[in-house]
Amino acid sequence: MTIAQEKNPPVKLPNEPAITPQIVAEHGLAPDEYERLLKIMGRTPTMVELGIFSAMWSEHCSYKSSKVWLKKLPTKAPWVIQGPGENAGVIDIGDGQAAIFKMESHNHPSYIEPYQGAATGVGGILRDVFTMGARPVANLNALRFGDPNHPRTRHLVSGVVAGIGGYGNCMGIPTVGGETNFHSAYNGNILVNAMTVGIAPSDRIFYAAAAGIGNPLVYVGSKTGRDGIHGATMSSTEFNEDSESKRPTVQVGDPFVEKLLLEACLELMATDAIVAIQDMGAAGLTSSSFEMAAKGGLGVVVELDKVPMRETGMNPYELMLSESQERMLIVLKPGREELARKIFEKWELDFAVIGHLTDTERMVLSWHGDIVGNIPIPPLVTEAPMYERPWTLTPLPAELDAAKVPAPKDWNASLITLMGSPDLASKAWIWKQYDHLIMGNTAIRPQDGDAALVRVPGGHKGLAMTSDCTPRYVQAHPETGGRQAVAEAWRNITATGAKPLAVTDNMNFGNPQKPEIMGQFAGAIMGMTEACNALDFPVVSGNVSLYNETEGRPILPTPTIGAVGVIEDIATSVGSRLMQSGLALVLLGETKGWLGQSIYLRELHGREEGAPPPVDLAAERRNGDFVRGEIVGRRVAACHDLSDGGLLVGLAEMCLAGGTGATLKLPKGINAPHAYLYGEDQARYLVATDDGEALLAAAAKAGVPAVQLGYSGGVNLVVEGLLDLPLSELRAVHEGWLPDYMSSAA
Amino acid sequence: MKARVHVTLKNGVLDPQGKAIGHSLNRLGFPEVGDVRQGKFIELELAETDKAKAKARLDEMCRKLLANTVIENYSIELVG
Amino acid sequence: MKAAVLVFPGSNREGDVAQAIELVTGRRPSMVWHGDGDFEKVDLIVVPGGFSYGDYLRCGAMAAQSPVMAEVKKRAAQGVPVLGICNGFQIVTEAGLLPGTLMRNSHLKFVCSDVHLKVETSQSLFTNRYQAGQVIKVPVAHAEGNYFADADTLKRLEDRGQIAFRYCTPSGVVEGAGNPNGSTNNIAGIFNETKTVLGLMPHPENAVEPMFGGTDGKGLFEGMVEALS
Repeated sequence: MTIAQEKNPPVKLPNEPAITPQIVAEHGLAPDEYERLLKIMGRTPTMVELGIFSAMWSEHCSYKSSKVWLKKLPTKAPWVIQGPGENAGVIDIGDGQAAIFKMESHNHPSYIEPYQGAATGVGGILRDVFTMGARPVANLNALRFGDPNHPRTRHLVSGVVAGIGGYGNCMGIPTVGGETNFHSAYNGNILVNAMTVGIAPSDRIFYAAAAGIGNPLVYVGSKTGRDGIHGATMSSTEFNEDSESKRPTVQVGDPFVEKLLLEACLELMATDAIVAIQDMGAAGLTSSSFEMAAKGGLGVVVELDKVPMRETGMNPYELMLSESQERMLIVLKPGREELARKIFEKWELDFAVIGHLTDTERMVLSWHGDIVGNIPIPPLVTEAPMYERPWTLTPLPAELDAAKVPAPKDWNASLITLMGSPDLASKAWIWKQYDHLIMGNTAIRPQDGDAALVRVPGGHKGLAMTSDCTPRYVQAHPETGGRQAVAEAWRNITATGAKPLAVTDNMNFGNPQKPEIMGQFAGAIMGMTEACNALDFPVVSGNVSLYNETEGRPILPTPTIGAVGVIEDIATSVGSRLMQSGLALVLLGETKGWLGQSIYLRELHGREEGAPPPVDLAAERRNGDFVRGEIVGRRVAACHDLSDGGLLVGLAEMCLAGGTGATLKLPKGINAPHAYLYGEDQARYLVATDDGEALLAAAAKAGVPAVQLGYSGGVNLVVEGLLDLPLSELRAVHEGWLPDYMSSAA
Repeated sequence: MKARVHVTLKNGVLDPQGKAIGHSLNRLGFPEVGDVRQGKFIELELAETDKAKAKARLDEMCRKLLANTVIENYSIELVG
Repeated sequence: MKAAVLVFPGSNREGDVAQAIELVTGRRPSMVWHGDGDFEKVDLIVVPGGFSYGDYLRCGAMAAQSPVMAEVKKRAAQGVPVLGICNGFQIVTEAGLLPGTLMRNSHLKFVCSDVHLKVETSQSLFTNRYQAGQVIKVPVAHAEGNYFADADTLKRLEDRGQIAFRYCTPSGVVEGAGNPNGSTNNIAGIFNETKTVLGLMPHPENAVEPMFGGTDGKGLFEGMVEALS
């Protein structure tokens, strides 16, 4: 393709339909957005051009509703190497190493086809991380399903879990953590948020910005099929030359090919051949080629007939918009094509030079010698729609008076009910289907601590990682809920002894065109911003998923927080397992007995009421920094942050995980023991130590409220005067609920 | 020439997937379903016109790779 | 002890076993690509875990036909010890180095969990560091580890003492409760007749360090070093 040719106007393809208002609407472009397009193009677009605008200006790629708010989040810290805007965030973890991580949603595809939807979600986030030069070392998943009694829930749980396992296990990346909740608000819109953490040398990070006019644009990985082409395009069947073929809209993952792609990319990255690299995720070749050229301030020519194709009769429109998985786009240094080709051929992957970079700042698409698309790149980015949608904040609900919430009539039964409730029951049925041990670096396994802990290969450092959100708090009051989600993720990391470093956020909300939903988004961001600032916990990557609602019923607002921290010597870390008798149990942090929005209120009284527990960020920081110091100073045997279900549930979890009982004695002057034991006050940790006195003294010195409540030992969980339960009985309900539920007939 | 290969579990070899399918069908209101056996169906395009030769080659393919004769039987069908 | 670890497209626990071998011997094993039918002479060949060729068609079936496995078969016949772990066990059975096959887990799900194994004999180059009857804790991670062989083969395996490990409860009882996949006779690992080939589903290589799953698997590697150095 010569420069002269690149200036030709695009030709229409045979059978290409005329662009009508209906076709524009089916591409999800509002009339004013189409006006913008016409102004940029100066003419009516071709179908493929329309498709490109539609993809690039979609909510998913442009963040047009959320961007004004996302900008408020803090993204900088001395240890941040790369904040939001790249494939994943990058932080410095010392010793010349960087952690690269991101969380991303695959909600809608997982509802339609749970196995493939979840599997390709994992595949996509893995590519986001290894495209930057990292070897993935861990996966996590935050899952939200509908009411267990909803007829579809069992099928969705089973498919999603199998899909995550099927992909991650085959890739050989351990899935070490995550969370699973059930709530009827997710009946029509489940959430599958997948997170990957990788490690790379900090001076060998790869970015997407293209450079070097004339440099070859290379396509590697799987062939392109008609996967995932948006339903909006289905109306243009006559546009398809091969109309007998039905176009599937669900992407199908091939983890085997992705494993080969990972190894081949890392092998190529060890050479000096790569200028830029980008995975083909949502909107496939369109967004990858566009972003590479835009970030580099360059133009690009793509010869679409050279794209490896899986099906016959594919056209430029389909090639540009296909979401076939396991593909990458690479800009190579000149003359490195053969070196790269050899590596990809060794791994039995497709390799094709499909274009080159230009200085025109235009994206030019050719098809057997004809220009079929020609779009100016900068205005598509700078003129992209950006909305400050109307928003109404959710008012803070009235505080619930704990004294007006009845105490349990039968304390044993109350704890049994909670520990066997869907949100608190053991999720072992899920994580046992995930290989969480491969690579041999998993120090804290699922359920053994608040965060997973994975050794950084080749040393003594550990990476702690977690995902957290309490959607019912966010629903009740988004600002508090946003603050709490960040604080709890920070606490999870802290409870292992690691220093929390940075956050990836996955914002799952309903329809942003409703002011109250946009208000939830705004409120959550405000709360998250405050917490991230107060805790030195910048956001380095993230993803937004909007329109999660069915028949006008939105999901609970769910800003999932993924977080990563580092511990210098992994041998100093602790989990939450109570494994030894005679340890003093010390509660750190202040307990007022906050029952508003608690699990106790919901599971035992069927009420979702009141204000969520307030989050005092100064107390969080003070208490967390204190407990972390005690852990790495080796004065703590086990530590658990207290959250859902409060003190008693936290203690029960510690006992079950470690197989050791405990006896508590409430301090004097507690007039509402159920609020004390089940309240969900924040900034608290339950710690086991062999020297309770010393810990109390140190806490007093640090200004951290602390009280010794009892000792570990025995095979029962006892609260003097209230409750006495054999662990075996607790374990039976805790570990029994999910397998029983999954094996019972729908 | 096109060939179809069916690979099935030998009688007497437990087929957990078939069993699960059978249970599900019973549960879904098909009580008439008894034993279910799940197998594999493989379609191959062959550059060979002689049926006898094709069959011999396919037999070799089955024994070498397509079926595990410890637990599986196979049958070959030539079409077109 | 000089070891080679085979690598197929889709292998993914080759690093884990190499790490375990290095920990015990102080020496990195050589990694041998599946297309390499002519690799250097070694004292031990390891066929590692993973999803060779995506486990498409049948686990291990395509890897068993690779050039490197033709060579492994030759060397195994000459007495070179072969250790097949997980997918490696599936590959060596598909290659005919061990009898029987590994079928889908009876509960149809992938299972990753610590399991307990009863060591059936200490009389092999792989198990000489253990006592017969000893119970060890190591993890499994597989979807197709359900050992199956016909009645005659099973009888022969049992009669000739070719069972290496059986799944058991923490207290060492060989019964259904300790069996993670429905395996016949709770079989977790078997030898060939000369006990120079061992195939097992569990991952001793993921139980060699106290903080990372315990050290019960280390004995297997130490035993091999002792026997083969």
